[in-house]
Formats: sequence, structure tokens, C-alpha cells
Amino acid sequence: MSTAHQTVGPYWHLLEYEGWNDLLREDGPNTGMAAEAITLAGRVTDGAGAPVTDAQIEIWQAGPDGRYDGSFHGFGRARTDEAGRFRFRTVKPSPVPGRGNATQAPHIQLQVFARGLLRHLTTRAYFAGEALNGTDPLLAVVPEERRGTLIAQPGAPGEWVLDIRLRGDGETVFLDI
Amino acid sequence: MADPLPFRRDDPAHQPPLDAPAYRSTQGRAPLLAPIRAPVTLTEASAPRFDPAHYPPRLDLSRLEGRQAQGERIVVAGRLTDGDGRPVANAMIEVWQANAAGRYDHPGDQHDAPLDPNFLGRGRLFTDEKGEYRFETIKPGAYPWGNHHNAWRPNHIHFGVHGAGSAQRLITQMYFPGDPLLALDPVFNTIPDAGARERLVSRFELDLTVPEYALGYRFDIVLRGRDSTPFEEGHP
Ligand SMILES: [Fe+3]
Repeated sequence: MSTAHQTVGPYWHLLEYEGWNDLLREDGPNTGMAAEAITLAGRVTDGAGAPVTDAQIEIWQAGPDGRYDGSFHGFGRARTDEAGRFRFRTVKPSPVPGRGNATQAPHIQLQVFARGLLRHLTTRAYFAGEALNGTDPLLAVVPEERRGTLIAQPGAPGEWVLDIRLRGDGETVFLDI
Repeated sequence: MADPLPFRRDDPAHQPPLDAPAYRSTQGRAPLLAPIRAPVTLTEASAPRFDPAHYPPRLDLSRLEGRQAQGERIVVAGRLTDGDGRPVANAMIEVWQANAAGRYDHPGDQHDAPLDPNFLGRGRLFTDEKGEYRFETIKPGAYPWGNHHNAWRPNHIHFGVHGAGSAQRLITQMYFPGDPLLALDPVFNTIPDAGARERLVSRFELDLTVPEYALGYRFDIVLRGRDSTPFEEGHP
């Protein structure tokens, strides 16, 4: 029987270590990576549309080689700021295998932890305009009208933007994994 | 490459719901819609491997630069396994907690209790080949939290565990035996099943107790196991 989850609470920031939202940081696990950096940014809001200012967002992604166990360490952690914004500096993942012979479109897994969430939430960021999005097995099981909540849109050059709405209008699709 | 086996679904009685009115903060934040069941892929079956060279262990919270923190020194140890009883080796566990007076070393904590300059309250551990971990700290104090009139959190240590698959990620809280606040705590009592609640309560263990030094508490952690039946295609 799995151990029960409990909320991360408001004081998880004790675990916030400088730079964990920058997967390409100096002296980090990906130092010296020769790959183009991208930014994944967004804003977390609650059921009233108010910013969630104390969330922890973790990402897990494949590298440019499409591998989770390759040379790229695809873990990052960010906090949200007083406006509910988070930001990661990372690289764009390549497509990764799905089940059977399927290929998954490039994506980054996001896990959301916050006071008021007794268990964390899991979602994904896909990239707008990616041809493989049309055949991605997960996107295919998400109702079309909600699919957009999983697709990051281009912002400033090199930047991808995905907002997370925890509850209510435009609620993000969360995954039961 | 063989498809990864799905992770076993938790019995809802053994996990807190997202929507729990007694815990007030859930009301604006818990999603209203059911999560979408996703086929398990490499994304969920793989997880970061943390190299202690980049994530240095911090195993003794009870002192800072050689200076003792205030409070009752304790040893906390346990075993990390998956739901199939297999040890989870080399897993990173993060812990954080209030000091002996019930105050976090955090600007957001406004509780009128003293800070301890020798206590930061955060640690990082790795399980060994048998899935075992051990650290030393100070018994955390209870603290008020404003959820309702006269609301106090029971003594607890927060645990964050990274398993072998991202679907096994777990954040929980370890409690202490005999705490009268447990029966009154909305966070603890959101878990419907009494046995599942009880498993969050550490056990005093004389064998972990270090003579003339610190009491020992055992807290074993179980991450989700694997289903033996493959994911049913077409039935998400
Ligand atoms: Fe706490």
C-alpha cells in the first residue's frame, strides 16, 4: 500500500536552491551542454483567477537526443513569484517513444505542488506548431476543446509560454498517471 | 523496447482527496474536473537520477557549523520500498521542518516563536542499496496555522521522495506517535482509511535510539508498485 500524500504546505521554499530552474546553470548537471536554450514560462492561477504565489513547479523531460537516461539531466524546479509566474531555462526535448510503435510529440512533464493541494498535480507542455502533436497518443485522448491547455505558445524569441489554471474557467488538463 | 508496466492505482481510501473542505486552502485550488487517465510511457516510468556531486547530502540537521540547535535531538530512519516490496536504492529524499519551538526558518512564517540561529530545518538524503535512509535532527514543535479557530499542526517532518519513475513522486509528512493533535488535524484526517493514516505516524524504536544521545523514530515509505496487467489499449 503506497504511503499517503500530504500537502507540500507553504514552507517548501526551504528546499528552494538557487538556479534549479536553470537546467543549464554553471556547475549544474548539464554544464557545457552544446544545445540551444529555450525558456518555458507561465503563470499559475487559482479558481478565482488570482495568482498562486507559493507553488512549486517541477519539470522532467528528455534531452535533445530524445532520451531520459542520456547525457541531459532533465529535472528542474521553480517557484512562482508574487504574480504567480514561473520560468525555466532548458533545452527543447526531442520526440520520445510512446507505447507500441507510437512516437510522442516533444513534451515536458510538469508537476505542481502547493499549499491547498493534498496531492500534487501532473500535466504536460507540448509545443505549438509541432507536426507530431497531431498524432500524439496522449493529446488524442484529451477532449479537443481542452487540448490547448497542454500546448505552450511561442512568446519572446526562444520563449514558450504555458499558463496553468488550477480550477474553474479554462482549467488545465491534469493527468492521472 | 518493451512498453513500461503501468503503476498501480492507489485505493482512493488510502489517499487524501483533492477536494477537502475541512482543509480550507483546497477550496480555491483543487481542480474541479477529473484528471485524464494517461497511458504510462517513458515519461512516467523514468525519473531524474540525482548525482550527490550536484545534490550534496545533508544528513545532520541538529547542528549548524558545529553548533547545536535547541531542542530534543532525534534520529529518524526507515526504508523506502515500492508497492511490490522491492527496495528503492539511491533515491533522493528531501526533508524540511519547523524548529523545536514550532517556527520555520522562512520569511513567510510569522508565528511568534523564536528562530534558532543553529537550525535551518532542511536536509537531503539518499537511500542505500537496501533502500534505507537515516538522518539526525531536532524534534519539530507544533505550530498554529489559522485554518480554523485554535488550529495547530501536529509535530511533523515534511518528506519529498523521488522514485524510479516520475509517477512515483511523493510528498508526504511524517508524524509522531501519541500526538493529541493528530485527531484534530484536517490535513492528516483527509485520508479516509485509518490504517493509511497510521502509516504516516512514525514508531519509536529503541534499536534506533542512540544511548546518551538521541531518541530514534522509524518511518518507512512505500512508493507505488507496478501493475502486472498491461494498460488496456483503447480504455484510457
Ligand atoms: Fe509544516
